[in-house]
Amino acid sequence: MAEPLEHLLGMWRIRILEETVQQLRLDGDIVGSVHLANGQEAIAVGACAQLKSQDAVFATYRGHGWALARGVPAHGILAELLARKTGVNGGRGGSAYFSAPEYGFYGENSIVGAGVPIAVGAALAAKFDNSGRVSLAVFGDGAMNQGGVTEAMNLAAVKSLPVILVCENNRYSELTPIEDMVRNPDLSARAGALGIPAVRIDGNDPVQVSTAIALARQNAAHGLGPTFVEAETRRIVGHYIGDAQQYRPEGELEADLQAEPIKRFRRQLEGAGVPNEIVDGVEEKARREIKEATERALADPPVDPSTALEHLYV
Amino acid sequence: MSDKVKLTYGGAVNAALARCLEQYPETILYGEDVALPGGVFGVTRGLQKAFGERVFDTPISETAMLGAAVGAAMMGRRPIVEIMWMDFALVAFDQIVNQAANVRYVSEGRLSAPLTIRTQQGNAPGACAQHSQNLEALLLHVPGIRVAMPVSAQDAHDVLIAAVACDDPVVVIENRTLYPGAKAEVQLNQPPQPIGGHRRRRRGDDVTVVTWGAISASVQAAADLVAAEGIGADVIEAVWLNPFDTEAVQDSVRRTGRLLVVHEANVTGGFGAEVVARVVEAGVPLKAPPRRLGAQDTRIPAAVALAQAVLPQTAQIADALRALVKG
Ligand SMILES: Cc1ncc(C[n+]2csc(CCOP(=O)(O)OP(=O)(O)O)c2C)c(N)n1
Ligand SMILES: [Mg+2]
Repeated sequence: MAEPLEHLLGMWRIRILEETVQQLRLDGDIVGSVHLANGQEAIAVGACAQLKSQDAVFATYRGHGWALARGVPAHGILAELLARKTGVNGGRGGSAYFSAPEYGFYGENSIVGAGVPIAVGAALAAKFDNSGRVSLAVFGDGAMNQGGVTEAMNLAAVKSLPVILVCENNRYSELTPIEDMVRNPDLSARAGALGIPAVRIDGNDPVQVSTAIALARQNAAHGLGPTFVEAETRRIVGHYIGDAQQYRPEGELEADLQAEPIKRFRRQLEGAGVPNEIVDGVEEKARREIKEATERALADPPVDPSTALEHLYV
Repeated sequence: MSDKVKLTYGGAVNAALARCLEQYPETILYGEDVALPGGVFGVTRGLQKAFGERVFDTPISETAMLGAAVGAAMMGRRPIVEIMWMDFALVAFDQIVNQAANVRYVSEGRLSAPLTIRTQQGNAPGACAQHSQNLEALLLHVPGIRVAMPVSAQDAHDVLIAAVACDDPVVVIENRTLYPGAKAEVQLNQPPQPIGGHRRRRRGDDVTVVTWGAISASVQAAADLVAAEGIGADVIEAVWLNPFDTEAVQDSVRRTGRLLVVHEANVTGGFGAEVVARVVEAGVPLKAPPRRLGAQDTRIPAAVALAQAVLPQTAQIADALRALVKG
């Protein structure tokens, strides 16, 4: 498949996975707090397209899409959320805190900002282990205000560690807009102040994301240290499933829906003359895949309570 | 106007916050999403509207939030800070343990830090390992910090007012599973009560059960179960853990000769060990070895069926009561 269609397929997979998760949560098959990434798919897809198998991604609770883009099977993700034995962590992680290291997905994290120092540590290890690993930390605009994130960025900078810092700026920290969080909304400026090369890009365009990450990865691999990529985006759903979103100004969601990455990318492909059936076929393929994965996960056996005490220590 | 109103637990906390903001002009209330959105659990709803800039949202910066509370408190403010989950306080523990707790002591009382941290903890169905912990014992190991864990709407209300009125740092640990519960009659407008104290949830002569936090409901259910079998449990719900009402527990055990402590926190290093030690060290005569029941010493898994295997359940509490009394 040509690269643009790969991007579209990747974004559709995430969108449909998230829509499926939402339905399962509303039906009560999934229990507990769930954070969806609808509208932010282009960042995960564009970034993971440039990563190599040895690379390590550290994500957040809004991380189902990053896992999928990294190659974690939808079935394992869904089974995890559905508390099935076949889940990627056998139900221990859940929606907000699962990992699948065999796919270079070193996990979500439900403590805001906590993944960034850990990603920097994975980059530190790469300095000594000849793995050629580049690590990638993804975090939100709100996480920029967590002290540990700045500490980690500075450590990565001063030690020139191979880490890519991806800030998904969706302009909200939960229910509070960025205007109430920072005086300078240009978050990449903070990285610049630490001596970290920083770019601010349209995070709803998978091609722009891919280009930025390709350069960041190359620099990291060549010993030039971290790059900060601020990807501007919008989530077109609530912070969590059930969020009434009363904080949104009138008209905001409608505008965001016009600029959301899948719709936009489709328009671009159509404008470039890609036939409709091909574009639609990509969506259908993604739907089939996720549907099949969902059916399998639902039919899987539940987690086994007798295993609850395993794996605490070696 | 009647002073008694029907309120949920969350509503009772809200009423207490409103009263504190009203009564103490030096209070300020802040946290993540507390002002305009009214809190992720709706507990601070309407307070910014009523009290203006004394109620405000902060960046996701727990260290700055709690450190600023220490500094503002030293200068005469009475900050009330919401930390959304107790698990998140861990990123800012320095400001609680090294900073707030030392202010009065090291300054020989010339400084104080009258701040209140409101937070909530514990497992709820599906919550992950980083949103499920019961960490009260970490705080109870720190002299200089007062700690309360109210369970009823009335106590949630009264404890918060006592905490805000207190001239020392207080951490009030609520529980999100309690916020939306059934409404209960809450007596408002009483004078602030002194800190400390417990509730006796059931009277019995065969075994003393000490508990705190949301798991008190399971303890009471277990006590009901065994009551039908003729076992009388004396259920003491500790509202305050620092100061802890040691005497009430010792008095009860002197009567029953048996002691079970139940908490949702895991057993090892939990405050249950301290309760047992205080009874044993006082030489209270026991008819059976005292017991602790808590979460197994492991992490908390997200899947409900796994979490249930780790956290104490009503049936286990009832079994422990039977074993203690019948041997
Ligand atoms: C240390 C800590 N504080 C607070 C929270 C509660 N919380 C969860 S998500 C979130 C907002 C994060 O915003 P942002 O970093 O912009 O990411 P987004 O959710 O927008 O993707 C907050 C405050 C938390 N999980 N951890
Ligand atoms: Mg955000």
